[in-house]
Amino acid sequence: MAILTSLLEGLVATFRDVLPIVLVIGFFQGVLLRKRVQNPLRLVVGLVCVLLGISLFLLGLELALFPLGETMARQLTSAQFIQSQLGEQLATGHWQEYFWVYIFSAAIGFSTTLAEPALLAIAIKANAASGGAIRVGGLRVAVAVGVALGLALGSYRIVVGDPLPYYIITIYVIVLVQTMFAPKSMIPLAYDTGGVTTSTVTVPLVAALGLGLAQNVPGRNIMIDGFGLIAFASVFPMMTVLAYAQVSAWIDKGKKDGV
Amino acid sequence: MVNALIVFLHSVLKSLRDLLPIAVVVLFFQTLVLRQPLPDSSTIALGMFLVVLGLSLFIVGLDMALFPLGEKLAYDFARRGRLSWLLSFAFCLGFATTVAEPSLIAISRQAAEIAAIENFIDSNVVAKTNYALQLRLVVAVSVGCALVIGVIRILRGWPLHWIILSGYLVVVILSYFSAPEHIGIAYDAGGVTTSTITVPLVTALGVGLAASIHGRSPLVDGFGLIALASLSPMIFVLAFGMIN
Repeated sequence: MAILTSLLEGLVATFRDVLPIVLVIGFFQGVLLRKRVQNPLRLVVGLVCVLLGISLFLLGLELALFPLGETMARQLTSAQFIQSQLGEQLATGHWQEYFWVYIFSAAIGFSTTLAEPALLAIAIKANAASGGAIRVGGLRVAVAVGVALGLALGSYRIVVGDPLPYYIITIYVIVLVQTMFAPKSMIPLAYDTGGVTTSTVTVPLVAALGLGLAQNVPGRNIMIDGFGLIAFASVFPMMTVLAYAQVSAWIDKGKKDGV
Repeated sequence: MVNALIVFLHSVLKSLRDLLPIAVVVLFFQTLVLRQPLPDSSTIALGMFLVVLGLSLFIVGLDMALFPLGEKLAYDFARRGRLSWLLSFAFCLGFATTVAEPSLIAISRQAAEIAAIENFIDSNVVAKTNYALQLRLVVAVSVGCALVIGVIRILRGWPLHWIILSGYLVVVILSYFSAPEHIGIAYDAGGVTTSTITVPLVTALGVGLAASIHGRSPLVDGFGLIALASLSPMIFVLAFGMIN
């Protein structure tokens, strides 16, 4: 019964998200363009699938993943766990003591990104727009590797307490250099992937991780250090997707030269 | 309908494969690193089942509704619409999809708390609510503006990287003058504005526009709207923090 109630709540919330979009599109389509939608039944069934799909997806995550993932993030960053890993030695707050946190950030970043619906949508569209040259799986793995690296480095930054802008600016410079050498057709897609990695699945877990670290590492301020992990998860995929594009171009060139 | 059913079954299998890594990671850390028993496994199994079902339905809905809708709008605007309509549509779409975004609401509340602690605003409920609402409006306007710029870019065929890279330069300069408490929130605001429904719709719109205009490539010119929509909130939120 409780599950049905939360499904209903989820449906209402998703519907509320969609309502403004429907109103805007309805106004422009119906009033200004005066165009009828062909096959309205198909459109309505499709929209219901999207609404129901997102609600079920979120409810499922709420049941299966979020509470467990958040508990794990808290436990892994807790002083008790860090001390239990050290045995006799006393914890000093050295960054290496948080070894498992970096592994966890990377692993959870990689695996949740593969399940991110918005990224899947972009990958399907990129596959179609490139005439099949960009593979759906390859693009998603490249983005997931980016999120994994980004979250591991972002966790490290919170542990050592370095200022966020230094890291982000360095990554921008790397992206700038990559942009000069990468195949032109891949650049906009690579930039777009930065924005889609962090929506439904990744953000709640990442937020728990960031706040857990900022609370537990001695000398960290939740206000300053707890944020910024999402920013890492957004800029790193640009780097890895550009790298993926570059490497694919080299491999293709190698194949052609070989023949 | 039979076709849709096949697509659905196919996507159930794919969703299962996509979710496998999460299960492996959670199992590994729970049992081997944290050495804790797995909590109520029937709840988890039910949850996973719903996730697979939801993801599969979403994929079916993408093909049936969101992608065709975005493409059709792009086609109609390119054929019949005036430029001013297209641009106001882009702005309204960006504004409307962002202003009610739950993660944006959460982040602007947190920002208001921080602003109150740092004495930028009074520490009462009214001042905090006002501040959070202003921040939400600022981000929504910024996404609307980003889509307008993005659509103009597609029509004119400007290279995306110059716009994005100069935008980042502005972010860097503004960060230099901003309070550290504000920077984290501003950077995160860029990531939370693009929801699961907006992304497919906006991408289909961009690719559709590029495809219906002679001389534009869907890949080179069609993508990039999402990138702009994630960049502009950072600039607007940093600027908002400085003005306050």
